[in-house]
Amino acid sequence: MPSQKIESSETIIRRKAGVAPGEGPEKGLITLPGEAVREQDELGGNSYLTTRLETMVNWARGNSLWPLPFGTACCAIEFMSMVSSHYDIARFGAETVRFSPRQADMLIVAGTIVDKLAPVLKKIYEQMPEPKYVVAMGACAASGGFYRAYHVVQGIDEIIPVDIWVPGCPPTPDGLMYAILKLKEKIERGDIQRG
Amino acid sequence: MSTLTKLSAIPYTGPAPTNRQPYVPVEAAVADARALEIAAKINNPAMVHEAGQDLPAFLVERERIIEVLVALKDHADLRFTLPLDLWGVDYPNRDERFDVIYQLYSLKNNERVRLKVRVADGQSVPTSCGVFRAFDWFEREVWDMFGVTFEGHPNMRRILTHDMFQGHALRKDYDPAQRWLLSEKGIARLVPKIDPRFAAEDTDSERVTLNLGPSHPAMHGTLRCVVTLDGETIIGSEQEIGYLHRCFEKMAETHTYQQVIPFTDRLNYCSAVINNVGYCMTVEKLLGLEAPSRAQHVRLMLSEFYRIADHIVCIGTNLVDLGALTNFWYLFQPREEIIALAESCSGARLLPTYLRIGGLAVDVPDDFLANSQRIVNMLPRFIDEVEALIMKNRVFRDRAEGVGIITADDAINFGFTGPCLRATGIPFDVRKASPYLGYETYDWDVPVADGGDTYARFLVRFEEMRQSLRILQQAIDRGLPSGPVIVDNPYVALPPKAKVYNEMESLIYHFKLIMHGIQPPVGEAYFQVEGGNGELGFHVISDGTKNPYRVRVRPPCFPIFAAYGHIIMGQTIPDAIATLGSLNIIAGELDH
Repeated sequence: MPSQKIESSETIIRRKAGVAPGEGPEKGLITLPGEAVREQDELGGNSYLTTRLETMVNWARGNSLWPLPFGTACCAIEFMSMVSSHYDIARFGAETVRFSPRQADMLIVAGTIVDKLAPVLKKIYEQMPEPKYVVAMGACAASGGFYRAYHVVQGIDEIIPVDIWVPGCPPTPDGLMYAILKLKEKIERGDIQRG
Repeated sequence: MSTLTKLSAIPYTGPAPTNRQPYVPVEAAVADARALEIAAKINNPAMVHEAGQDLPAFLVERERIIEVLVALKDHADLRFTLPLDLWGVDYPNRDERFDVIYQLYSLKNNERVRLKVRVADGQSVPTSCGVFRAFDWFEREVWDMFGVTFEGHPNMRRILTHDMFQGHALRKDYDPAQRWLLSEKGIARLVPKIDPRFAAEDTDSERVTLNLGPSHPAMHGTLRCVVTLDGETIIGSEQEIGYLHRCFEKMAETHTYQQVIPFTDRLNYCSAVINNVGYCMTVEKLLGLEAPSRAQHVRLMLSEFYRIADHIVCIGTNLVDLGALTNFWYLFQPREEIIALAESCSGARLLPTYLRIGGLAVDVPDDFLANSQRIVNMLPRFIDEVEALIMKNRVFRDRAEGVGIITADDAINFGFTGPCLRATGIPFDVRKASPYLGYETYDWDVPVADGGDTYARFLVRFEEMRQSLRILQQAIDRGLPSGPVIVDNPYVALPPKAKVYNEMESLIYHFKLIMHGIQPPVGEAYFQVEGGNGELGFHVISDGTKNPYRVRVRPPCFPIFAAYGHIIMGQTIPDAIATLGSLNIIAGELDH
């Protein structure tokens, strides 16, 4: 695949007249089967695909999330279950757990965040490089859970933006896995844009 | 009037609710007799016997508490050397508003004693951290929660709440939902005190202060440890906790007795069922009830399964900290089976909330015993293989042996219980010392190791899993007793749904219990169980209403983590990491 060409795919492929780039059937990760054959004939190659850079990058990002488990409480134990042998998140490419915010792109807030910890969470989030995604795992991270109390943050969206909420107290490992797959879909659709 | 007549005709023949009458513990006569003996031995007029309690209890003059504590600790016949708990209660209508309560344990005589000191707002109590080092943190907690100062305490600052918090949360006039936000500027800088043993040393190496946590892979959950290093040696350390202070004790006061059960699950979330057992049995003690034998049998079996699960998490994560990831993945396989067993009982995985006051929520599924047997059969292989993998491994031995040593005397003085205390050679286990759920009828041993190092703690935990399997095998062989799983008392347990829909009385009982809750008699009770980390005690005070007046949990992690700074002094950072994992600090329980 000629990497220098991929940025401006319309220079390689002649479009049908009247169809704007990105609007035709080639929108998405790969051109449609018929389209590919036609282009293959026209260009004479036999092993390439065409796409927009953004789509390609989002596809790559969605399939290789590096989680930073900000595990504080019970949910962290279920997170451990998710990464270990029985459930095995490695099947979906998100097993590279990193504890440094500078090496991760998915912040999983697993557990209750209390007022004492709130500045720490904010700082960790700010230290993460773009693009970054946040999963709020469990009732406590979403709303404070049943701790309507003097020292508990009533939902982490008080502090940082959240992409995916996972219900449960604690959510089951399959629940968290489902959330990660949903996040992957969201990233691949290009829905998440933050500056 | 017709409804009333019908109510009196119901089949229930047990005692009517006695919530306005005082609670008289069954142990009161024995406790009172023993209290008089203790008072005669100490012979101090500052100690006044408080009759009718479940333990020998005394009211002590505020200024003279230290001499009483020293006398109890040092008396050759008593030897109350193990400090269990120190906590407060607020009675806003009283002149001397606060009770500060000390609880001590004597390893020699296997008995407990409770001391109460009455303090008015603004008064202070002499600090007892010179007598028992465990009370250092406990006193800070009382100051944080009640605003009672301790005169002479070296480090009287907040422990569970943050630096910008105002007021004292467990006072009765504090609004449970009143929050104070913490900004980054408001965080006080922690400067560790240099240990006097190293202070004088004049070396060429530079002193560095290093911050570990609260977000650090080795600081399990949310602990923070600030250390000062001289070269590689730790010469000063300061621990900060409260990053998971979820206000359990305040929440318990704003919920009914049944509603507190899910909160107890989340204390030590690695062994949730044991917390349920502790809390439910405390309230049952207050109500004068005993769960049916079928419920007790299931409680015992799930407690032991969860103890194994707790040890698996501890051993697995500790080995990850030491660089051995395989064991973690390997051990989580049987652990999943244990969690699935709990799920088959209650429907929830990690935190089943399966117990109710008076018994269990629902009966166990038909294949409970068969599944238990399958897990009991598969576990020994996993335990043996992991043990074989690490115990003969040179790297592991070098990193664990002689690392993180605490002597038996220090461990007792710091209030250690559970596997960490047994690793120093003290065979104290609540299941043997004061058996509950029929532990005395099973054939098992208390494993003890000497050395008090990380390696010894590993040995104890491995052996404890095997002993739990022994208990489980006997429990399976005996079979489940037949009968109901919850007491037949409509003032405590909800009537079956079929009855609620078809009988007027049951509907009324259902409504009454949901709306007005369980109302135990006025009084207080303490009950202790052996948790995954040691003595897990609950102290419940009832004022006869539907909400507990005060629930105090005695978290075994709290005094153990208080000793962490003492243990790692003079060691290196890698050793400190290895030590922390083997202490098994669970933040939910530590910070309650």
